[in-house]
Amino acid sequence: MTDALREGPTEWDGLVDRVRAALRLPPRAPKKPTYLFYRHSVPVRALHWINAICMLILLMSGLQIFNAHPSLYWGNASDFDHPFVSLTAAGTNEHYWGVTQIGPWTFNTDGVLGVSDTDGVKTVRGFPEWATLPSASPDLAIGRLWHFAFAWLLVANGGAYFAYVFWSRHYKELVPTAADIRHLPHEIATHAKLRFPKGEAAKHYNGLQRLSYFAVLFILAPLIVLTGLTMSPTMDSAFPFLLWVFGGRQSARTIHFLVAFSFLGFFFIHIAALIASAPINGMRAMITGWFAIEKDKEDG
Amino acid sequence: MAEPLPRRSFLARGAALAGTLVLAGCDGIASSPWALDLLGQVENLTRRTQRLFAGGHALAPEYDKADIAAIFRPNGTLNPGTNDYAIHMANEFKDWVIPVGGLVEKPLKLTLADIRALPARTQITRHDCVEGWSCIGEWTGAPLQLILAAANPKPEARYVVFYCADPMGEASVDAGGNPVPAPYYYESLDLLEATHPQTILAYALNGKPLPVENGAPIRLRAERQLGYKMPKYVQHIDLVDSFARIGGGKGGYWEDLRYQWYGGI
Repeated sequence: MTDALREGPTEWDGLVDRVRAALRLPPRAPKKPTYLFYRHSVPVRALHWINAICMLILLMSGLQIFNAHPSLYWGNASDFDHPFVSLTAAGTNEHYWGVTQIGPWTFNTDGVLGVSDTDGVKTVRGFPEWATLPSASPDLAIGRLWHFAFAWLLVANGGAYFAYVFWSRHYKELVPTAADIRHLPHEIATHAKLRFPKGEAAKHYNGLQRLSYFAVLFILAPLIVLTGLTMSPTMDSAFPFLLWVFGGRQSARTIHFLVAFSFLGFFFIHIAALIASAPINGMRAMITGWFAIEKDKEDG
Repeated sequence: MAEPLPRRSFLARGAALAGTLVLAGCDGIASSPWALDLLGQVENLTRRTQRLFAGGHALAPEYDKADIAAIFRPNGTLNPGTNDYAIHMANEFKDWVIPVGGLVEKPLKLTLADIRALPARTQITRHDCVEGWSCIGEWTGAPLQLILAAANPKPEARYVVFYCADPMGEASVDAGGNPVPAPYYYESLDLLEATHPQTILAYALNGKPLPVENGAPIRLRAERQLGYKMPKYVQHIDLVDSFARIGGGKGGYWEDLRYQWYGGI
């Protein structure tokens, strides 16, 4: 990685100061001197954004596919009378509402899960139109076209990412250390207080980042690809052990769904951490590569 | 060292453009024919890759008697409902004849007795519907490869097309006011999948004659494929070199409605 390039306020700071002056707001307290640090290389940034697009399309087209049979099961086959999870309608033909059933519990989720509007018309559908690609339901054929095309792109992009992190030795930044695990309670506590590493410490991933990136890259990502492949009857003929590993095709489908929502959970934490720490600086770093670092005291 | 400014604004604009395209334009292009044709190209990559690993003969997993579902979930047509079919039903399908024609050296006309007289294969397999569910049943039937061997396909034959007895939907009227009959279900496999050892013309489910809702008297089982690739009520088998002039030209009823022809995933 390349170090410092430019000193002094960025043009973003200049813009903020001009806007504040125009709005007759008091000037901001003078900022600590910063310098720009080249945090993300071109391949990492390109792969990150391609990945973001893939994940969005895969999630939404996946929910469209799920809507064709909005129930999940364990084992090889579907026990239609006892799904593990199902999004469905309750009531009568004239008066019905959306419900979500998880194991023995049933919740009224009308308007969002089970029953929601499609183009203003009340429709029995698992996930609502704003969550699926395409928005109409059912549109299984088109959902599948999007899902499989972007699954290939995701795998190609992920393959390029793994090749790059091992070639560039960036992976050392991603593998948690014993110290990371020891310091985990402390890291969680400081993150919970919204205190994030500053200065020189911000040049490296912290322990919590390493643990979460490691889990996403080396646990969730392989799981979502392998459970996806296990749903393919032809792949099951080539690699029957996949069925054994995941406990059957319907279990693989359920795990695929749970991992997809784990990715969604990671996304929300990822965005929350960005907003809570340094939203503009962090976003700029992932777009341009440059991250502003406050100079430590000894730097003067 | 490089000056970051030009690249920075370029990347920022690129990211903004990509974001706009994805978020705002997604649903607009999600169903546009050019986008879907482009996405559909991936089907060939999927088929080639899967065939690389599964080849012609990797077998679909088979299960135990204990795994068989009490009721094999029927889907799609539950009864063709035509007069012809009702007559065959009343007659217990004794006159059901399946011609095997097209690009073959020796066209055949198979009665149910002919098909039952062939060496039978019984397999307990998992049926995977494109909708996402699975159901396990025990199927008995004649390997399609024996029938194809008897008919002796010509060298130019590439696909086996199955025409079925069930009309899909209602008859309609075209723009010129002419009546258009409802299309009948049809499907196709390439010769690799058609000659797979588990590809059978099934006449029994769980040891009993095939029920009407599961495709009586004959349905196809192609165990490495999704359910829509296994037509029920098979009435006529044709070998062809292309499906350009059949139905909507995509090789099957659902394929004409944008489902992929390759149904292994």
